[in-house]
Amino acid sequence: MAKLSALAKTIRSKNAGVDLITFDVIFADRGRYERVKRSGVLTRERVAALYRIEPSRIVELVEFDPGNAIKFTIARRRPSGSPGDPDIFGSQQYAPLLDIEVE
Amino acid sequence: MESLRIICPNGHLGFAPLRVPSFRLGVAERPDYIAADSGSDDVGPIPLGSDTSTSPRGWQTHDLEQMLLAARELGVPMIIGSSGDTGSNSRVDLYVSIIRELAQKHRLPRFRLGYFYSEVDKGHVRRKLQAGERVEGLDTHGTLTQAELDATERIVAMAGVHPFIALLAQGADVVIGGRSSDSCVFAAPAIHHGFPEAQAYYLGKVLECASFCAEPYGGKETVLGEITADAVEVTAMHPDQRCTIASVAGHAMYERSSPYYEHVAGGTLDMSQCRYEQKSDRTTRITGAQFRRAPEFRVKLEGAGKVGERYVGMVGIRDPYTIAHVDDVIGWAKQQVRERFGDSGYELHYIVYGRDGVMGELEPLRDRPGHELCILVQGVAPTAEMAEEVCMIGTRQMFYARLPEVKGSAGSVAFALDEVLRASPAYRWTINHTLRCDDPLELFPTHMTSAGT
Repeated sequence: MAKLSALAKTIRSKNAGVDLITFDVIFADRGRYERVKRSGVLTRERVAALYRIEPSRIVELVEFDPGNAIKFTIARRRPSGSPGDPDIFGSQQYAPLLDIEVE
Repeated sequence: MESLRIICPNGHLGFAPLRVPSFRLGVAERPDYIAADSGSDDVGPIPLGSDTSTSPRGWQTHDLEQMLLAARELGVPMIIGSSGDTGSNSRVDLYVSIIRELAQKHRLPRFRLGYFYSEVDKGHVRRKLQAGERVEGLDTHGTLTQAELDATERIVAMAGVHPFIALLAQGADVVIGGRSSDSCVFAAPAIHHGFPEAQAYYLGKVLECASFCAEPYGGKETVLGEITADAVEVTAMHPDQRCTIASVAGHAMYERSSPYYEHVAGGTLDMSQCRYEQKSDRTTRITGAQFRRAPEFRVKLEGAGKVGERYVGMVGIRDPYTIAHVDDVIGWAKQQVRERFGDSGYELHYIVYGRDGVMGELEPLRDRPGHELCILVQGVAPTAEMAEEVCMIGTRQMFYARLPEVKGSAGSVAFALDEVLRASPAYRWTINHTLRCDDPLELFPTHMTSAGT
């Protein structure tokens, strides 16, 4: 077992337009990327459970082979920067991914 | 012309200054164009709604000065998109006036200064709606309603390559653009010189964020892109940065939900068949990009509407019992505001740092708060006076919250400041839609003037 933070080179989140936050988990080599892909820890269902949201709010989940990356996108409840939004850029939403245990 | 070379020194001109040494290395490569985008909807709806810049004028001027002097020194065009963060008309006028002042200051020989506007009159959109035109929502926004349009303060349209090409065709030496798709700032000159759309839009896609397509991570450094009939090559100018297959492919997914598609006015860049090749230590070569023209010419609209005036307050909590019951403390304060102002006509928001302040509903650890909390209170209302009172009650009444078993009975929260502070007015994104246009230039009037002596 290893933590996702030990396997990935980059784990980040950022706005994708005003309604969406997109998450990128990028690996330095094909081996680690394939290992995480195979493990199934980053699927729509698992991500939805981690963030405690309905799977339907994950509007896209892509395994991006050319970039050795897994990428998913969550719909915001209200557009970025609405009063009360604590993360206008969506840049600090990735932290729960760091500690995911991978076989 | 077999190839065209463009340098980009900044992914969001003005937001932080470009780094001069790598920019000068880029200029020494004698590129054919110097270009950058200056806007983003990342900065939230306030700048567009209130018609302001979030970038300081000093930083905007710094970058425009570097780029203008280099462009005139080389005798090549300079292109700016999304002027002043939002690309509204006042921001275009601001950049045009900065360019004029810089030309004067440096006694530059006369040059042709082209600019275009992107602001869309609400009446124009209203007439389209009344004529039965569907203004389609993007992402989670539904089809535009009359009510949402009425709630909108200001609208800008997102230009594609068309107004840039129109101004380059008229011989502009400097182009100052209204709101634009960042990739189009770079695609436009490539298409203007006859390169295929697929390569041109890919060139724009890879250059738009400057050194974000390079590694190691380090923003605001210059990158150079070169386009030929069948490929794009991108090179980092900073001596310690490299454009690698991983960094370039990785950039394709940055800030968008799909790593394969990029939508612009008039079509879609398809990167799903892209092939990446390490050409040399600092250069990656990309082939296989495709571009598909859209069957209907649709332009993205961005609009922001005012929610109200805003005040903010801040409190701290250290008592573990109070921390465990922080929702009751907030509930008490909200109830006092309700008794004064009723259930609606204002907004009152609490951000609880130390529990779920950064992530809110998405926070998996919200049942494990820290040993102390900071709570940011925001009161929003139609007038400043009311917003101040909403925020003041919502903040100070936390001090008087009645918890049944609390030991401390001399105040439920700590104040670092026993006051509430006026903040920027609150706005929200009302429009994130597309509008069909018959003419690609319909929403983007172009103008040509001159500057220098």
